[in-house]
Amino acid sequence: MRKQQELAIEVRGVGRVYGDGAGQVTALSNIFLNIRQNEFFTLLGPSGCGKTTLLRLIAGFDFPTDGEILLYGENIAPLPPFKRPVNTVFQNYALFPHMTVAQNIGFGLEMLGRPKQEITARVEEMLALVHMEAMRNRKVMQISGGQQQRVALARALAPKPKVLLLDEPLSALDYKLRKEMQVELKRVQAETGITFIFVTHDQDEALAMSDRIAVMSHGEVRQVGAPWEIYDRPAERFVADFIGETNFLTADVISIDGQRTTVRLSNGSMLDATYPADITPEGKVTIVIRPEHAQLAAPSKAALLAGQIEDLTYLGTDTHIRVRLPDTSIFTIRQQNSRVGPIGFSAGDAVALTISENAAQILKD
Amino acid sequence: MRKRFDIRVQPGFATIAMFCFFLLYVPIFTLVVYAFNSGISIARWEGFSFRWFVAAWNNNLVIEAAIRSVQIAAIAAVIATAAATLAAIATTRTAGYRGLTFKYSFINMPLMVPEIVTAVALLILFSRIKVWTGYSGLGYLILAHTAFCIPFAYLPIRARLENMDLALERAAADLYATPFKVFRYITLPLLWPGILAGMMLAFVISLDDIVITEFVKSAGQETLPTYMLGQLRRAVTPEMNAISTVFLLLSLAIVTIFFFLSRSNEKSD
Repeated sequence: MRKQQELAIEVRGVGRVYGDGAGQVTALSNIFLNIRQNEFFTLLGPSGCGKTTLLRLIAGFDFPTDGEILLYGENIAPLPPFKRPVNTVFQNYALFPHMTVAQNIGFGLEMLGRPKQEITARVEEMLALVHMEAMRNRKVMQISGGQQQRVALARALAPKPKVLLLDEPLSALDYKLRKEMQVELKRVQAETGITFIFVTHDQDEALAMSDRIAVMSHGEVRQVGAPWEIYDRPAERFVADFIGETNFLTADVISIDGQRTTVRLSNGSMLDATYPADITPEGKVTIVIRPEHAQLAAPSKAALLAGQIEDLTYLGTDTHIRVRLPDTSIFTIRQQNSRVGPIGFSAGDAVALTISENAAQILKD
Repeated sequence: MRKRFDIRVQPGFATIAMFCFFLLYVPIFTLVVYAFNSGISIARWEGFSFRWFVAAWNNNLVIEAAIRSVQIAAIAAVIATAAATLAAIATTRTAGYRGLTFKYSFINMPLMVPEIVTAVALLILFSRIKVWTGYSGLGYLILAHTAFCIPFAYLPIRARLENMDLALERAAADLYATPFKVFRYITLPLLWPGILAGMMLAFVISLDDIVITEFVKSAGQETLPTYMLGQLRRAVTPEMNAISTVFLLLSLAIVTIFFFLSRSNEKSD
């Protein structure tokens, strides 16, 4: 599919600096991103990382101090928001309180000066898309938070934007509703075929919904990749730490063979590890292993790692085991409770650890 | 457990509150009662009658002054509210700039300047202009009232603008509304209760003014308050009470209308 590969948004060397002189604050620096057509692309990072600033630059609520933002090849960075074929779902929805649900949804088309008939038809289509037909004549303050969320989505989709921007749209919803809306958003994206750029600080949400994720911190993009790449092949400590729980070990690089390298752990054991494509690992490195990629085993001479169980936490679906290694660091294991009954280990037991194949990744820093 | 502090059960509070209510409303109450006195005294009750209302209604000077008051107040309130709306938008919807704080205080200055100072200043200024132009119509009073009404109209409008979620205007711009359309379809409808409140306030303040009016008015330009002040120099009859009562009812009506207007607007919020 050629269209799939076409770029919807190209962010080229974008920077945003606030203030001048000594009080200068850099919100974004030298951002490069390619967002493909039809993609569900997520900007993920802690608050203050610049993800919302980047979204505002794409929407036109703010303007970059450096660089260009191309929408299908056209630089939109200097355009005011009402001249960009891009719509936004706001964090608190920003629905117009003096209008009905239908009027809210029709607002964009109304402003574009479309004929009445077309607007009515499109509003009906959108109401059906988000299952809100029964609410069309309600004022927006008379509907629930989840329904407001749907209206906000429908309103932003009604003018058929080339890209839809979503600014933490689920953060105001409770857990159950949030899960429902995640599914709903994915469905709507698949049905409409519109490119979504989604901003969130919630890593689970990002992993669950995205085609690709850009992890950001301190105004920079740290890593871009599919959810599994971000999770299993983090490029640096920040990404590994921000997404899920993780174990860090120090090791020495022994040999490199293609995209795979062999490292020696501090206890002398040898382990295969992958590494980010843009570096050549050498000397002392940090490797990262996810808790679910290690397993407990009976102690043996040949074990990769050995230690003593510090404590266990039974969580129903799985058990968290914290193992103290000989160098006094803690290694966390998450073991799925696939067998019924007690786990068979208890605190204080000497244990060995095995690591799943391909589970170790070398970090850049 | 310690007893919770509740201001309503502290000794003396109820008494003080009652005293305050008395102080506020007893004079008004007696004023209204004696408007219906059939005698000519404003202190000795002689029986119930509408006599003084009829007298006021038949007094051309009163009717003229009342019409003039309403005229001035209506025009001044509209102009002041328009100016205040623009000022409020300029001070809340633009990026902060040098001199913004100064501008805030500048707009609100008339609230602080003693009215008598403004009155004297306007008297001097307008007398010059009168000499130059020869014009001596109602324009001076309207201009003066507009000037001191602006800050009163400005305050509720600015409060409303500041409480408005800026994301709404951003959302409208995102949905292809040009800045003018954002104002027309989003800001203005949401601002309407504030504008109405500002206009009512300006109207009442203008209607009530005496100091500046007294200084600025030309001969034969009595407003209701200055007419009443003039009458006080002579024998006071319950006619004054009757006029005041009508005045009071008018103000209450305005406040009530506004209350319901703003409430119906809040409901749709």
